[in-house]
Amino acid sequence: MKGETIIFYLLAAMTLVSAMLAVSTRQLFRSAVYLLFSLIGIAGIYFWLQYEFVAAVQIVVYAGGIAVLIIFSIFLTQKSGEELPKQNAGRLMFSALAALAGFGFTILQIFKYNFIKTNDPAVDATVLAIGTRMLGVGKEGFALPFEVVSMLLLAAMIGCIVIAMRSKPETT
Amino acid sequence: MEPGLYHILFVSSALFFIGIFGFFTRRNLITMLMSIELVLNSVCLNFIAFNKYLWPNKLDGIFFTVFIIAIAAAAAAVAIAIIINLYRSHNSIDVSTAEEMKF
Repeated sequence: MKGETIIFYLLAAMTLVSAMLAVSTRQLFRSAVYLLFSLIGIAGIYFWLQYEFVAAVQIVVYAGGIAVLIIFSIFLTQKSGEELPKQNAGRLMFSALAALAGFGFTILQIFKYNFIKTNDPAVDATVLAIGTRMLGVGKEGFALPFEVVSMLLLAAMIGCIVIAMRSKPETT
Repeated sequence: MEPGLYHILFVSSALFFIGIFGFFTRRNLITMLMSIELVLNSVCLNFIAFNKYLWPNKLDGIFFTVFIIAIAAAAAAVAIAIIINLYRSHNSIDVSTAEEMKF
């Protein structure tokens, strides 16, 4: 067994086990920390696939941004040390059954399908190539989605401020 | 066995259905949001795996992943603003307390 194989299995196990714990633990803060480990495991898989740029984006946005945001909102809305109420066993069982059935079906379909690889030479996913394509306006450029996403982020930012703003008390 | 496309697809579909399971069982808005993040991550992993193993001559999977991450960040920010607002008015973030928004 080669080293990279072992590393892949370790990363996959870390991702899946901490994701499993994140959806099953009853302490909310621990759940957020397990989610953080799961996201870092996925970033590790991106590193393993040698897509360093995507891995860096994953770490910066997910592990650095969204996880911290979730932990902050847990602090703002939850009393410390409080556990989530127990779920009733019937709902738990049927959800597990539904998820397992969907998983089995998907895996069966995936392993039956024969994926065909392209024969064209591979391009390096360097930051230079990604940046040139990202802001290119030609046939293979992604300038329009880039601008649309920037507008979306601006709208989300303004929307968050408006939603979370405390309304001014009426002056009578 | 040498890990390849099928291994990564196994990991991503397992992650997807873990997220679905969490979304079904949890009744707290923050944990439901965390389950959605898991689902979005599994989709990103799929795009990256297909780009790496099937179409290494293109970069489209990377762009889709980057845009999904950006949109997920925006969605998480808006969701957390709504959650905090809900907590302020109802003093709880359980989905059953938000039932009156149905009408």
